[in-house]
Parts: sequence; C-alpha cells; structure tokens
Amino acid sequence: MSAVLRRAGALLALLPFAALAEDADLKLSLELSAETRTFLQPAAYANQADDTVGLSVSVLPELYYAWSRDGSITFQPFARWDSIDDERTHADVRELFLQQRAGAFDLRAGVGRVFWGVTESVHLVDIVNQTDLVENPDGEDKLGQPMLSLAWTSPALGTFTGFVLPYFRERTLPGADARLRAPLPYAIGDAVYESRREERHIDYALRWNVSAGPLDLGLSHFSGTARAPRFMPGLTPSGPVLVPVYDLIEQTGLDANLVVEGGWIWKLEAIHQQNRVEDYSAAAGGFEYTFSGVFDSAWDIGALTEYLWDSRGDDAPTPFQNDVFVGTRIAANDTASTEILAGAIIDTQRGGIFGNVEASRRIGAAGKLVLELRLFMDADARDPLYFLRRDDYLQIEYIRYF
Amino acid sequence: MKLWPRSEARVAASLIVALCATLVAAPSRAETPEEKGLAIAKEAERRNDGFGDTSATMQMILRNRQGEESKREIRSQVLEVAGDGDKSLIIFDQPKDVEGTALLTYSHKTADDDRWLYLPALKRVKRIAGNNKAGPFMGSEFAFEDLGSQEVEKYTYKYLRDETLDGQDCFVTERYPVDKDSGYTRQVIWMDKAEYRPLKIEFYDRKQSLLKTLEFKEYQKYLDKYWRPSRLDMVNHQTGKSTTLLFKNYKFRNGYTDRDFDQNSLKAAR
Repeated sequence: MSAVLRRAGALLALLPFAALAEDADLKLSLELSAETRTFLQPAAYANQADDTVGLSVSVLPELYYAWSRDGSITFQPFARWDSIDDERTHADVRELFLQQRAGAFDLRAGVGRVFWGVTESVHLVDIVNQTDLVENPDGEDKLGQPMLSLAWTSPALGTFTGFVLPYFRERTLPGADARLRAPLPYAIGDAVYESRREERHIDYALRWNVSAGPLDLGLSHFSGTARAPRFMPGLTPSGPVLVPVYDLIEQTGLDANLVVEGGWIWKLEAIHQQNRVEDYSAAAGGFEYTFSGVFDSAWDIGALTEYLWDSRGDDAPTPFQNDVFVGTRIAANDTASTEILAGAIIDTQRGGIFGNVEASRRIGAAGKLVLELRLFMDADARDPLYFLRRDDYLQIEYIRYF
Repeated sequence: MKLWPRSEARVAASLIVALCATLVAAPSRAETPEEKGLAIAKEAERRNDGFGDTSATMQMILRNRQGEESKREIRSQVLEVAGDGDKSLIIFDQPKDVEGTALLTYSHKTADDDRWLYLPALKRVKRIAGNNKAGPFMGSEFAFEDLGSQEVEKYTYKYLRDETLDGQDCFVTERYPVDKDSGYTRQVIWMDKAEYRPLKIEFYDRKQSLLKTLEFKEYQKYLDKYWRPSRLDMVNHQTGKSTTLLFKNYKFRNGYTDRDFDQNSLKAAR
C-alpha cells in the first residue's frame, strides 16, 4: 500500500513536466451531491433516531493522469456527511491505482473497483470489492479494494485476470440510531474473523471472460475472506448487539449474457460457495427485452424479469431465496436523458416485496436530479426483509458536476 | 526485347477486341437502376478501403424548436476490419454527468451490431441490445444507424438521376435499409461524381414521409486519399429540431489493434 502511495506521489510530482508529452492527458473533476432521505413511517426500534428526514452531502473528486496511451494513474477519494447516521458520515479512497498496458497484458496496482456480473436485481458473482452498505441499501456502492491485478488477453481465448487482494475491508453498517438495520445494533469495529490474520489475510481471485458474437461468458473463482458477514448475537455493557463474522470461503461464479436478435438479452449468474457453516449455491437468471421507439416515439421501454434462488431456502440470510423480479427500464432518449427504472422483487414463499423506483434527469449542462423510492412490503417475520418493514423511503438527490 | 510470335499476337489482339466490346457493351446492355445504384455504393466503399484506423473529437450541438442549444463532446476511435463492419469506441466527455461513459461497437455487414456500454460509476460493462438502431444518439437528431458503419450490404439501391448540387455533379440514388428495425423506409443520397462523397441524405420515415435531411460539409482530404466531412447538419422536418456535428483533430493510422477495442480498453477509456 505505502509503496503504491509513494509511487503515486512521485508521479504526481512529475505532472507539470510530463504534461508536455504528446499523448499525455490530465483530467480533474468533482462531483458534489446533496440529498434528502424521507422515511415514510416512524422507526421500528427503540434506539433509532426520531428524525424522519435525513440530510446528507457528499463529495467525490477525481484526478486522472495518463502519460501515454498505455499508462495512467487515477485517484478518487470520497467523503459523506449525514445528519442522522454517524456511520454514514464516512470517507473512503474509492480509487488510487496505476494502470499499465504492455502488449497482451494489463496491470493494475493500488486501490480499485472491479465489477463482475450481468443481472439487474442482485449481484451474486461480484465479490472483489466490499459493499459500502451505508451509502445505499441496494449494495451497489463499493469500498475501494487494495489489489494487484494482471490480465492477459488473447483474441481467441478471451481474458484471464488474476487478483491478489492483500487487505480486507469490513462492510460499512448503519449505526444504532440509523434506519435500514436489524432490530439489534451492529457491533461495528468488533468484527470476528475466521482467519487469524484477520483483515490482513491475503485473498486471491481468478477470472476468465470471453465475448463471442452474441455471447459474453465469465467464470471466476475467489478464495479468501467473505465480503458478506454473517451475524452472531453478542452482549456488550450497553446491551445486546449483532457481531459481524467474516468466514473464509471458496466461491466459484459463472455469469453469462446472450443477445438474441430482436431486442432480447438473456442473463444468468450462478455461484457455489464453500464455507465452514453451510456450503450453498445461488443463482439469478432471466431476460431483458427492449421495445425500441414505442408508439413511433423516441422512447425505449425495457421489460426485465429475473428469478432468484438460493439453495439454503428459508434459512438463507438473504431475503432473495425464491423470488421473482419484475421491472421496467424506461428511457425517454431526450436531451435531458430522462430515465426510470422501476421494479419489484417478490418473495414467492414468504410474500415480502422489495419495491424500487429510480428516476433521473439532467438539469442544465452540469447537474442531475435523481429520485429513489424504496419500499419494503408485506414481509413475514421469517423474511430478513421484515427488519426493514418501517424503513420505506423517498430520496431526492441533486448532483453537480465540475 | 522479343516480340510476340504472330499467333500469340493474334490471340492477344482478339482478346483486346473482345474486352473492348464488353466494356462498350456493358453500359448499353441497359444496366438497371438497381445495378447502377449498387455499383455507385461499391465504388464509394472501395475508395474508402484501407484507411486503417482513425480518431477524432466531435462536438454535437443540439437545437430545439426554440433554437435553445445544448452541447455534447465525444471522442471516437475507429478500426477498419477486413471482411466485416468496423470496430468503434466512443468516449463521452460532455455533458459531465456522462463523462467517462464509453460505447464499444463491433458493427457487422447485416447482422445486428455487438454493443457494450461502460458505466464508470459502477465500473460495469453492460451488453446492450442491438435493435434500437432507430433510437436517437444522446438525445440528438442522429439515430444510432446514422452514425454507424455504413456497409454496402446494409441497403439495397436504386439509381435515380444525375443532378447538380451546389455546383457539383452528383449521382442521386435511393437506398432501402435491409434491417427491419431501421427507422427508415428509404433514403435519397446525393453523391458527387468526382470523389464519390455523400453530400446530402434525405431520410423517409416508416410512414414514407420526409423525416430528416443530413448535409455533409467542409470535406477535407487525409493521407492524400480519404475524404472526411468536418461538419454534418441534420435537420428534423417534423419536429423543427436540428443537430450539428463538428469533427476535429482527425487522425489516421494511429496504429490501433484489436486490443484497443476490447473490454479492458473500454474500462480504461477516459
């Protein structure tokens, strides 16, 4: 880590001179965001804050410098302040890495973000980065992951990428006064590890992906500390808590996309995980069909359906063990890039419904308005979604780009 | 130098006569308008063969009916692929909310193009369906199919007439998209006889009414051979909206390979 920082520091010092090189490229940008999150019902648990409206601001600067077509560094820190949750007031280095291409090889060293997967409702295969859960309960925000990765690409065989992940990041979890948590507060900072090296356990991952005409295929294997903790009840002087436990796992994943002429994309993600508690498999698969230019307008309307399954059934710690996701993606294709993604994940056994609407629209040349509505409905007490039954919220965010 | 023996000379002479006869006869054998239209399109493609690769920056100026403007800035890289459509990588710089978003396209002669969109906020490469070719590109008056690789096989043709456009002798040809997902029933294209460059295209929608007119302006010659317009003006007659596309920094022979158009490049594109 410190070696990477030193290297990055040395490169930064050289910027004014290197900027003269012909292919060199320096980019500085900044995203400022302000949001209000309004919870539609009063809190369910005793020590949660009474506020139903949370305010929050965040900042995401980025520096990118390329000294040639093949080499660059990226630095992207992030910070947020939140009016309700002290745990959501946090900072992170999202990216700080060096990227270098040499022939068929791509090297990445530093803190980075990697995404694997194809489905829309859940991301089973994606495992390299830890979830920054306090950012958004959908789990799509991630913490920066220290990594060294080397990819080899062959025109015939696709790309093989190896990862060494020398440091583990704990999942961020909502504080005791926050919404969107389990009935007991989390013992944040007191995580228990299976590995004696704890967060210094070195994880490894390997991925092969190939695109052949209408098919994109990925196979991956991860060996190391689970990104998703399980929780054990614990007692502290201030009362009972949930202690996050991070087991060592072996996880193999498959993801595939198949485009079928006429607007269909079929998607499949499947994993098998070995751990010390219970080995399991999980899968998500379905399709996205796009009606293009509906009613002779510029609008595209997509229909999404996915089936979610987990071999642990009702014992699965996920709410999505036997669920159906239905949704629609609407793009107006106007100058403001108006877009709506609306959907629901419906539990076919326990009746719970996770409803989600995301809408966005550009405001002016450098602003964007994003609306997010999340509903946790009808879950019975066996469904982990039940914990969130009073946490329906509407979020309005304005992002300004510099 | 040895002269040809008489018999061989006679054979050669008769061959030349036969060849000339064919050449003279061909046009008079009443080449159909369809054949002539196709021949013009093929000649235009032949003249563009071998460009290798190009890069350019583009500014897009979108105007609504009231004349209000919004701007987009993109960079493009194109790799010529022998025997298939081109590969292209488009990187968005403006508006800022889509900065770093990149679109990778493997175009094909007749099949749907393969397309991947890179979303930098999620670091996600998303496969996108190939059937929305009629949809607007970034809210502009250009459809994806207007900006895609213009392969001969994507249309059937019919030569209409000769005409002078802005003082240049032109072929006027009609072409009909082969793809049923196209937003057009036909296009009328003016191509100058001297260089086989498109100068103007009229687009007719699915109801056969005139939808848009595209004009190609300020052509410049690169590598002493390849003509590229510096400005495209697209006017939508049905909505009153228009889009101007300005090309800058055209560069040929950047030495791109397939590596510059794979998914790792898409992720590294900035």
